[in-house]
Amino acid sequence: MPKIIKQQRLADDEWKVLQLAENETPHTVRLPVGPLLVPLAVWRARKEELIHRNWEHHEPLGVWLSPGEGPEAIAADLDDFTLVAVHFPKLADGRGYSTARLLRERYGYRNELRAFGDVGQDQLFFLDRVGFDSFSIKESDEDAIEALAAFAAFPEAYQAAANQPQPLFRRRAI
Amino acid sequence: MYRYDAIDRSIVAARVAQFRDQTRRYLAGKLSEDEFRPLRLQNGLYVEKNGPMLRIAIPYGQINAAQLDKLAGITRRYDRGYGHFTTRQNIQLNWVKLPEVPELLAELAEVDMHAIQTSGSVIRNVTTDHYAGVSADEIADPRPYAEILRQWSTLHPEFAFLPRKFKIAVSGSTTDRAAIRVHDVGLQLAQRDGAIGFQVYVGGGLGRTPLIGEEVKSFLPWPHLLTYLEAVLRVYNRYGRRDNLYKARIKILVQALGVREFARQVEEEWQHLKDGPQTLTEAELARVAAHFAPPEYETLPADDLCQLAHLREDKPYGRWVERNVRAHKVPGYASVTLSLKKPGVAPGDATAEQLEAVADLARRYSHGEVRVSHEQNLVLADVPQRELYTVWHRAKAAGLATPTIGLLADLITCPGGDFCELANARSIPVAGDILQRFDDLDYLHDIGELDLNISGCMNGCGHNAVGHIGILGVEKHGEEWYQVSLGGNQGNAAAVGQAIGPAIPAAEVTNVIERLIATYLALRHAGERFIDTVQRLGHTPFRDAAYQAPSHEEDRRVRYA
Ligand code: SF4
Repeated sequence: MPKIIKQQRLADDEWKVLQLAENETPHTVRLPVGPLLVPLAVWRARKEELIHRNWEHHEPLGVWLSPGEGPEAIAADLDDFTLVAVHFPKLADGRGYSTARLLRERYGYRNELRAFGDVGQDQLFFLDRVGFDSFSIKESDEDAIEALAAFAAFPEAYQAAANQPQPLFRRRAI
Repeated sequence: MYRYDAIDRSIVAARVAQFRDQTRRYLAGKLSEDEFRPLRLQNGLYVEKNGPMLRIAIPYGQINAAQLDKLAGITRRYDRGYGHFTTRQNIQLNWVKLPEVPELLAELAEVDMHAIQTSGSVIRNVTTDHYAGVSADEIADPRPYAEILRQWSTLHPEFAFLPRKFKIAVSGSTTDRAAIRVHDVGLQLAQRDGAIGFQVYVGGGLGRTPLIGEEVKSFLPWPHLLTYLEAVLRVYNRYGRRDNLYKARIKILVQALGVREFARQVEEEWQHLKDGPQTLTEAELARVAAHFAPPEYETLPADDLCQLAHLREDKPYGRWVERNVRAHKVPGYASVTLSLKKPGVAPGDATAEQLEAVADLARRYSHGEVRVSHEQNLVLADVPQRELYTVWHRAKAAGLATPTIGLLADLITCPGGDFCELANARSIPVAGDILQRFDDLDYLHDIGELDLNISGCMNGCGHNAVGHIGILGVEKHGEEWYQVSLGGNQGNAAAVGQAIGPAIPAAEVTNVIERLIATYLALRHAGERFIDTVQRLGHTPFRDAAYQAPSHEEDRRVRYA
């Protein structure tokens, strides 16, 4: 089974990420069994069906957002998801960092929040700070163990963020 | 000046360790070029024509003698014995070697310096007025706020991958010497009903689309500084364009939405953040401000008599005082600008020996501190007047006393085609030509105040758009050509200059400048500066003179095609 980093440890990844192929539409795409992470478009098109699967068959449900899809799109539905994921198609596209903070700090999302795509160990420290707690990173499983050190890359941080609501200046001994 | 505590130090040390590891993985082939690029850029490391270039941060232009000494040693050990001060108050080394950079950063960390976020699509080094704290026209000292912003922006986790670079400048005086309106965010300290706050401008910038920043908030009380900026940055991070490098700066977003709609979106975002934990406290402001408390000034007469005698007796000294010495808010003191401009040297360059000489001058005469100005000079802010004559002699011996501050020969230049990968044309030789031609001090003083700014490409690092005369390198048929503009201005009257006509070849630039100057001298009214005459008469007489017909038509076509 593929591995992910979850709560700063290597863990098995049970989730299937549903991506729409070119000839598929949100309405017709087949939903495989098992824990399923669907794109926002599929969630919007098939809410009832997805909630039914979740309730009747106890199939965990997750949704993933692309960089342009803000947290507002799912803010009212957050209770329905075991997992919310944010896709980073390109390392340099940092919109997902704002998405994560808003989900955690404004909309109060408490379940698993995952970053996937073009992310690796050098982004872990910041991703962790904005509220992600699971990561599907590029590194091989071997290197992923080494990558865990990145969570402790810095001993302190100046700003408030999702994992530390108080900025340093409110914590610095004066 | 701000002194690091153990926490500040531990963060910089961790950054050095992190970059050492990243460099190791890159050199071992574990990180691809594409993966390594944003990491090295966030540590100030570019790859340029001559190899890597390292930009070292000088937060809001404040540096002390020990740091200058360290820089001098570093330029000798890791580079070719000199550094280049930039228009953003940083210093660049042009000849470093990648495998040695982690070691270099470790040495910098010994004196609390780093290269964090001096490039890349992040919040860059915050800049401010080089006369902060010593100006009579100051509303409040901008440096505590600049330091608070430095800490907030350093390794900000949400804004590490912005659409594009992001520059913030703060001015504490009624006269803007920090060019705040050509920054992504410009903060003007202001006072309202006895309270301190900021007038906030957004969306200024040079480069391909030079724009003057627009006001988004007329008064932001200081405790809200960070929450408000976080709202600005969040709106930009989410909605700034990422599809086109040239349209990715915040100014394009502000333009597309209109400043009112942009301000509304920021306001809406801010309502969620306002009064939250990032709201600044009196205690924090006091903690940081204490680092910038004025030094213990002596009680001195307003005018030092000896110094007045020297002024009478020694004409070259008088000239230097006229241009390079500035009044201080404390009687008997003055601020001295050490010039990094002289014929034969790239503007802004300082050798290791000069860095040490500056450190020595600072220790002896100015409480051990120095400021970097965005005009690429160095400033000793707190010199007793009685020492000025000695300072002048010592500065002269070190090649730092060119008496041309604010004059044509105090020109701003970017590194250009000699060093920069992005350049269309070289800028240093053009500056060199101009400095050579205009080397007569009497003539320079007669011409008077004039900002001449040169950039090697549209990115405008040499601030060409806000020069009274701007020179911009363009490429034509694989050759270096230059576009001349007139009427730009910085400060409170910030304006973007307009091109006066077709580009001209390198060999013509100095001639054109000469003709522009001659036109001004012929047409000026008493007391008018160059820019005043341009504003009164418009571009026509200048353009006509600049493009005056050479001997015959054929020649003209060749030269101005
Ligand atoms: S203006 Fe252009 S040539 Fe000059 S330093 Fe900037 S990018 Fe390079």
